[in-house]
Amino acid sequence: MHHEAIRIAGPVTTMSGVVDQLYWFLVFLTVLTSGLIIFLMLFFAVKYRRRPGHEVSHVVIEKTGLIEAIWIGVPLIVFLVIFFWGAKIYFQQMQVPAGALPIYCVAKQWMWKFQHPEGKREINELHIPIGVPIQVTLISQDVIHSFFVPAFRTKMDVLPNRYTNLWFQVNQPGEYKIFCSEYCGLWHSLMQGKVIAMTLDEYESWVDRGKKEPMALKGEQLIAKYGCWQCHQRGSTIASPIFDGLYGGKVHLSDGRTIVADETYIRESIVDPGRRLVAGYANVMPTFKDQISEEEILQLIAFIKSLGVSPGPASSEKTP
Amino acid sequence: MNEHPDKENYLMAGYGWRSWFLTTDHKRIAILYMLSITFFFAIGAFFALLIRLELLTPAGDFVSSATYNRLFTMHGIIMVWFFLIPSIPSVLGNFLIPLMIGADDLSFPRLNLASWYIFMLGGIFTLISILFGGLDTGWTFYTPYSSSYASGQVLNAGLGIIISGFSSILTGLNFIVTIHKKRAPGLTWGRLPLFIWAHYATSLIFVLATPVLAVTLLLMIVERTLHIGIFDPSLGGDPVLFQHLFWFYSHPAVYIMILPAMGVVSEIVPCFSRRKIFGYKMMACASLAIATLGFLVWGHHMFVSGQSVYAGIIFSLFSFLVAIPSGIKVFNWVATMFRGTITFSTPMIYAFGFIGLFTIGGLTGLFLAALGMDIHVQDTYFVVAHFHYIMVGGAIMGYLGGIHFWWPKICGRLYPKGWPGLSALLIFIGFNLTFFPQFLLGYMGMPRRYHFYPEEFQALHVLSSAGASILGVGYIFPFFYLAWSFFRGPRAEPNPWRATGLEWKTESPPPVHNFDQTPIVTEDPYSYEEKP
Repeated sequence: MHHEAIRIAGPVTTMSGVVDQLYWFLVFLTVLTSGLIIFLMLFFAVKYRRRPGHEVSHVVIEKTGLIEAIWIGVPLIVFLVIFFWGAKIYFQQMQVPAGALPIYCVAKQWMWKFQHPEGKREINELHIPIGVPIQVTLISQDVIHSFFVPAFRTKMDVLPNRYTNLWFQVNQPGEYKIFCSEYCGLWHSLMQGKVIAMTLDEYESWVDRGKKEPMALKGEQLIAKYGCWQCHQRGSTIASPIFDGLYGGKVHLSDGRTIVADETYIRESIVDPGRRLVAGYANVMPTFKDQISEEEILQLIAFIKSLGVSPGPASSEKTP
Repeated sequence: MNEHPDKENYLMAGYGWRSWFLTTDHKRIAILYMLSITFFFAIGAFFALLIRLELLTPAGDFVSSATYNRLFTMHGIIMVWFFLIPSIPSVLGNFLIPLMIGADDLSFPRLNLASWYIFMLGGIFTLISILFGGLDTGWTFYTPYSSSYASGQVLNAGLGIIISGFSSILTGLNFIVTIHKKRAPGLTWGRLPLFIWAHYATSLIFVLATPVLAVTLLLMIVERTLHIGIFDPSLGGDPVLFQHLFWFYSHPAVYIMILPAMGVVSEIVPCFSRRKIFGYKMMACASLAIATLGFLVWGHHMFVSGQSVYAGIIFSLFSFLVAIPSGIKVFNWVATMFRGTITFSTPMIYAFGFIGLFTIGGLTGLFLAALGMDIHVQDTYFVVAHFHYIMVGGAIMGYLGGIHFWWPKICGRLYPKGWPGLSALLIFIGFNLTFFPQFLLGYMGMPRRYHFYPEEFQALHVLSSAGASILGVGYIFPFFYLAWSFFRGPRAEPNPWRATGLEWKTESPPPVHNFDQTPIVTEDPYSYEEKP
């Protein structure tokens, strides 16, 4: 029996210690408050128990309003402190640091599939370097899952219709368990994996091993395979939006709204092109749903990203 | 047999099956509910027993994963919708609301009977779904798993829940109208027992929230059977929409479970402390505040579901605010005991248990309301432990406390001394041993709904299962001594606890029409100082 559970007490990531500070404060508050309540309750129960010689008190407590104001006011202040504390950590956890190393994860019943930008792919194992922030972009190809690494104190649901992100920066090399924490069917409890954190040098030599086919390059091959160029290039007979500088730019929709072309929007335009149509274009593109895998969509997006990123904010990375 | 030939009480008003199954007497309907939900509790507890047996070992070796997933799903469905939601309102509320306000019955007695039939129809659908193999969606029915992927009896279970929801809606409606229209002369809103205020607040949630659950499950069923895209992205839907709709009902539903228990404790504590309740007005307002704010916190179940960060902030803030009125209640109960004259009767022991466990359950809720903390403990055993402290430690303790408090009124008999205290102690110890280790498991990262689990979690799971066996034994005692009391127990006076409240001013058990003369109320509630 090995004690990974106990070892996770150390600050494994840059955020795990921050979360644990709040945790221990809340533990302290819980023990103090429930201890006080239970002590008073039992103390009164014994002190004022009915017994021979016990005098019945007829004293009416005055100023109940003041007393109640205290036990509304004090908890309110404490609660607001916890609220801001928790919200601050939430912002940090949800805000992916600029320049994070991107990893792409496709979850399915019942496995985790990872792609590295340089082309390495793995299942239920995720090799990462320590000391740099890692961004994991998540998508499910069936039901909702949740990517949970207890040692990192972070998790994020994996949705079947849009990308979600989480990030972490690991300090210590080691192996850390990945759990699926959203019930996903028969083998939910076996949908486990592990993060293998290694030094940057080790990671680079690991990435270099085997054949290298960067995601963007595979994306370019897919674009040729699926015939996307027939329309999506300048001078095409069928007017279509072009890919250069698309990612992260503003898109004016046919219904008058303006959105940012993030990964979720590009993915949706591939599987359900008519849903949020770009203004000024006809809805002529066929759906590629069920013809193209989630891994391939990620490769297409990697290619589109490689064509240049608009200076505008990409919403899925910059939330909030 | 008929020992009081001069006065016919409601239990002796008829012995044939028609006198029970066609009764419109709120007291008999309460007994029908009591027997029904006890039956459902036994089923739900049996599933829990199997779950705890399975979790003794890390390997999934006692039942298959398919069976395990069905066990926790059906445990949740049965316990939430067929025990906890109806428990105190349908049994004690039904029995006591007319008595406490000096009325002869609820406003709509036939509707009340219809509510029980509707509840049982829903129960039958759910039992059929179990008998035909059950379902494995979890009690939360998250889409698209429930609507497009799960096999099993999703349709029957969903329909059962929708149908039983109408029973909740009609019961709530009946209570609201009754409390407005049938109060005895002199029983102003400021003199209502807090049990009534709690049920008034609960009834508002019944009426306002339950229809949303019906709509949500219906949409899920429509998608499952007709493949109309609502939640499943492959049909053009949005799966997170389901979570919003589901929790819009299911978070207020937590308050359906806990508010009536708070009402029970607010009756027990003044009676066995011989003190006026501390801060009556604030206690009544707190019930209404919980019911109102409870509608604004549903998104705290979804902090890691991909909803916007700003939505998360708002839901977190409201979740802290809803904790304030709960805190007021706990402080006021303890303050009520100050300088009282306290007796350790069985109902009071349950009230002690309730206050202690509800406090721990509530404080651990702060972990889940705090955004950055919730990311780690969401969907782990920490959540499982937290809501069992509220629902088992809170709601069931309240229910048992209430049953023991009003048992002499319901049956006209006393129960023995000794056994009930032992049973309450076993329940308290067993409960803590079962669920406290689960907080630790959750912090260590053990996800909920896991059939197989890593072996470093085994020691705490074994403790939890050991606790569950003590808890189970504790629950068995009341069946025996209460059954004994019903047939053989010594006769109870009209008011064995010397409690205030109109229900104690009539016979035990009450006559069919509750009061020989309509009572007139001339004093504030809980005037215990004058009756030491």
